Amino acid sequence: MNLLALFRKRDSAPVARERLQVLLAHERAVVGGSDLIAILQEEILAVIAKHIAVDRDKVQIKLDRGDPVSTLEIDVEVPSLVRAASTARRVPEAAARR
Amino acid sequence: MAQVVVVTSGKGGVGKTTSTAALGAALAQGGENVVVVDFDVGLRNLDLVMGAERRVVFDLVNVVQGDAKLAQALIRDKRLENLSLLPASQTRDKDALTPEGVERIVSELREKFDWILCDSPAGIERGATMAMRHADMAVVVTNAEVSSVRDSDRIIGLLDSKTLRAEQGLRMPKHLLLTRYDLARAARGEMLKVEDVLEILSIPLLGIIPESQDVLRASNLGAPVTLASPASAPARAYAEAAKRLKGEQIQVTMPAAEPRGLFGKLFGRRAVA
Repeated sequence: MNLLALFRKRDSAPVARERLQVLLAHERAVVGGSDLIAILQEEILAVIAKHIAVDRDKVQIKLDRGDPVSTLEIDVEVPSLVRAASTARRVPEAAARR
Repeated sequence: MAQVVVVTSGKGGVGKTTSTAALGAALAQGGENVVVVDFDVGLRNLDLVMGAERRVVFDLVNVVQGDAKLAQALIRDKRLENLSLLPASQTRDKDALTPEGVERIVSELREKFDWILCDSPAGIERGATMAMRHADMAVVVTNAEVSSVRDSDRIIGLLDSKTLRAEQGLRMPKHLLLTRYDLARAARGEMLKVEDVLEILSIPLLGIIPESQDVLRASNLGAPVTLASPASAPARAYAEAAKRLKGEQIQVTMPAAEPRGLFGKLFGRRAVA
């Protein structure tokens, strides 16, 4: 075992402390009913689904809850650009006609 | 007036049952009239830790369902006459506990005892919420380890929302009991420090129970550690925690690191207000 490994091993408690502080800050917010990230995820997907027939299996969502910033990465696979564009155009027209 | 205390944690295996037995015995050793109640229906163990496993005839579920009178189910401790046990049922499940039945038993116990210590099952389901429902205060048992601290935080949230006191808009007093604490490992940075856990959970400290062979020895023998080895470090820590529970102002003692005993110094830590 080298010295660096020894040092790293001793440092685990501060890591535990930091991970807990970040995690619990988020979990407390969820219990309070205001999980912004989860709400954003649902609403963004709903907006996309309005314009494109989204295959749920083709949607990749990556979430990284952190301090001070969390990131929400939504990767949607669009079947074909032409078809997606025509679907997107048709929807507002349909709405306008009503 | 009787005090109903729930001993809870969320996570299993952190020392709820050991702590219920030790705190109950310590309060009784101090002259209080105490009953310890096992709410872990289906997985009872408080009887075993108290050394009364061969004397169980009726249990909590029998009394809840009216098949037995409370006095028939209570088991008086052979060492301390002012300490009793109300065992859980081993053959039923937690759904056998009805809110009305539990309420009736708790109010009957309030008439007979000064202290009612409710040993909660692990988890956040019915058994745990029944155990905390009628509490006047809570002892949150936590190990200095990430999953235990996270689960304690969750339980604190439930204590502040799912209990009768919370529903009546009253504050639920909560006390942190840090168990299986290894000062040497904390000093080496391998274990969360007391300060870290206190800062994260932000509830007052009831006591620090050191990791010790005496605790296992006591449960092997079927006696609360405060009775099995009263002079041991964990027994002294439990005895002091029991006094703080009664409202006495005593500084929290930092337990000695076994087996070296080099760190047995007094720390000027704030005890329960």
